[in-house]
Formats: sequence, structure tokens, C-alpha cells
Amino acid sequence: MCLAVPMEIIAIADNVADVEIGGVKRQVRLDIIDEAPAVGDYVIVHAGFALRRLDREDALETIKLFQDGLNLELL
Amino acid sequence: MSSFEAFKDPALCRRLLEQLREEAATPIRFMEVCGTHTVAIFQSGLRSLLPDTIVHLTGPGCPVCVTHESEVAAFLELAARDDVIVATFGDLMRVPGPKGRNLKTASAEGAAVEVVYSPFDALALAKDNPDRTVVFLGIGFETTAPTVAATIRLAREQGLGNFLVMSFHKLVPPALRALLADPEARIDAFLLPGHVSAVIGAAPYQFLADEYRIPSVITGFEPVDILQALLHIVRMRRDDAPAVVNEYTRVVPQNGNPKALAVMSEVFVPVDALWRGIGVLPQSGLALSEAYAAFDAFKVLRIDLKDHPPLPGCRCGEVLKGKIPPDRCPLFAKACTPANPVGPCMVSTEGGCAAYYKYRVDA
Repeated sequence: MCLAVPMEIIAIADNVADVEIGGVKRQVRLDIIDEAPAVGDYVIVHAGFALRRLDREDALETIKLFQDGLNLELL
Repeated sequence: MSSFEAFKDPALCRRLLEQLREEAATPIRFMEVCGTHTVAIFQSGLRSLLPDTIVHLTGPGCPVCVTHESEVAAFLELAARDDVIVATFGDLMRVPGPKGRNLKTASAEGAAVEVVYSPFDALALAKDNPDRTVVFLGIGFETTAPTVAATIRLAREQGLGNFLVMSFHKLVPPALRALLADPEARIDAFLLPGHVSAVIGAAPYQFLADEYRIPSVITGFEPVDILQALLHIVRMRRDDAPAVVNEYTRVVPQNGNPKALAVMSEVFVPVDALWRGIGVLPQSGLALSEAYAAFDAFKVLRIDLKDHPPLPGCRCGEVLKGKIPPDRCPLFAKACTPANPVGPCMVSTEGGCAAYYKYRVDA
């Protein structure tokens, strides 16, 4: 039950967003997300609420850091 | 490869594993405290690939598993009332209470129990049933508590008079402190829960490094996340430089989610709480605040927690504290299986016993 999954926002109306992942569609509430997301963003969804927006640039930087820690260049 | 897919990259995983094997010279016992980490470590096969020096302990990270017998008894008492509909996450249905009873047996005997995906769905249920009181069972850690708090606030905004919450919410940092305070527990490091941390940030864990000199890493749920966190833990330990490191920065801001924290502290107050297998931990749970007392099922329906003994034979408590692996419990895979669970750690798919049963390679 503490499962939280990243889903892509496909539409937003007021405080509710339509989200999708792998063909599964849901509606989620936006009451507790701290930065307003946009269509196309990925958000972490938990118990019918969007919790956080996933940061794409940060993800790239993180991978780069991990690789630097190994002296690797895989991407 | 997309920026998020890179966290599953097999080549990077292999490289991280090699590095871990090379650097993990001294034995290290790490504990994760999140059901999603438990499942991720087993399901990805990482557990079987880790060097022998790195021992995985699965802690009290499954909210269903830590729900105390007395709490189960309280919601079963609630379900027995004719005037209520109990709304719950599905995982709670089979959690055993006194005499092996659970919500499923209560439902079979006529109790009105509805499984919902979101607390918000319970609000809809209350609107559709104006002549009954809908009581949502609030379980879960800091990830779930804000969703329930936001729902309670919505109920008040909408003037809904037949919606209540029975809060059993629990907080992760006090549990970590209790685990470390136990002299029998041998825990060298923590993988910190990614989505709990998305709400609370990194600061509440600082005592791990400052008071206990335990290295810990906030991390995500992909294999690269987990391996990188373990490598970082091994290095902090080698250098005797314990810290709280956030490696899940794509989701976890250093200060958490202020909006979620605000609604949580508006609706809830910290209270002492009962944990299965652990007992009472000070300020480790959340009850409804005075301002929201009209939505508190305990107060409105006058239900109290009563003492109940632990389930006979079940060693869930020791499993949750990392003292024994699940297969050291005499009931494991014999009297207690996922199809016929005795204890809560076998009930929830995120429970340590259930994951061990499903994915163990030595079976």
C-alpha cells in the first residue's frame, strides 16, 4: 500500500489531473503537490494524490554523478 | 535511453556490483525501512547478487505489518457497528487481529467494509451514503498521512458530517531511533525510504549520523539507485564518515514537501503510538488535532485501544527489528504462507515474510 509510482500527466483541470503509465489511466488530486506540474511532467502518485514532480534534469545529473564515482562513461 | 530509464541500466548495475564486491571488505548489515524497497531488492534479484559481506535486513517499513494487534481489534470493533461503513486500503483486509479475526471475516459476517484506492474515494462513499457514517482507516507513514490530511480538510470544507477517520498513522524517524536504541539489534546502516523522504526531507534523519554514527542514504527504487546507495554506505563506513546522504534528488528536496507538511500539521498532532512487535514508541504516531476532533472516529464513536496479547507463535516483531530472518520463524512456509498468513508480515505483499517467501532462491 505504500507503493508510489511515477505517472505522466496527460490533462489538468482545477485540482485534478489525468495521469497515465503503460496504458493505465487514473485521476489524481493535486492538493498536496508543492510545485504545480504541467502536462507531460511525470509525478509520483500515491493513494490517489500526486506527491512530487520528477525532475528530468536532476535525473540526468544524478546518473552522471554515479558514473563519475565509477570513472565511467556509459551514456 | 531516457533520463529515468538510465536507473535500470544493466551495464551500470554490473559495474556498480563489481565495485561493491571490490570495496565491501568488512561485513555490513544494512536495513531498509520501506515496503517498496523490500520488494525492489527481492524482485530485481539484487539480494542474490550482493556480496556475502553485505547483509540485507528488512525493517518495519510496511505500514500494514506494524499495525498493532490492539489497533486491529479497534477497527474490528468499529466494523461490528451497524451504523458505519468502514473504508480501507485493500492491504488491511486480511491483517490478523485477536483470535485470527480480520476485516475479511468481519465482512463475511455482514460488516460493511469497502476497499478504496484513495482516501478521497472514501469521501465519495460518504456522499453516496448520507444515512451512514463512513470511517476511513488511516494507516501509513509520512507518504500517506498528507493524502489523508488533505481529504479530512476537504471533508470540512464541504461540510460533510458523516465522514470520520480512525488514524493509525506512524512516523519513520522515531522507529529508526527505537531500533538503534535496542542493544540487541545489529544495524550498521540504513537505506532511507524515498517517498517518505519526499514529504519530510533529510533533516529528520540527522540524528542517525550525529548520535549513532550510522551512515544512511535516501534513495529511489531502481536497481541503480539501490546499488549506488550501498556503495556510498560502504565508503562512508570505510572512511568512518557517517552522514545522511540524499541520492534521490530527482524526487526528494532537502526540505521535503512544505505543502504536504503543512496540511499534515494542520490536521494531525504527534502522539505516542503502538507498533506491532516493538510496543509503544513516544511521539511516533499521528492523531487528529483538536481543530479536527469532529472527524476523529476514536472520539466521536468513543472507541478506545484495549490491550491485546501478540499472536501466539508469530515472530513478526523480531523480523521487523531485523533480529531474525523470516525463515527462522518456526511458522514460516509451514503454518504461515501468503495464502494462509498467520502474521502481518506474510499478509502484505510488501511484508518481509511475504517477499522472502515469494522470491527466496534457496527454496
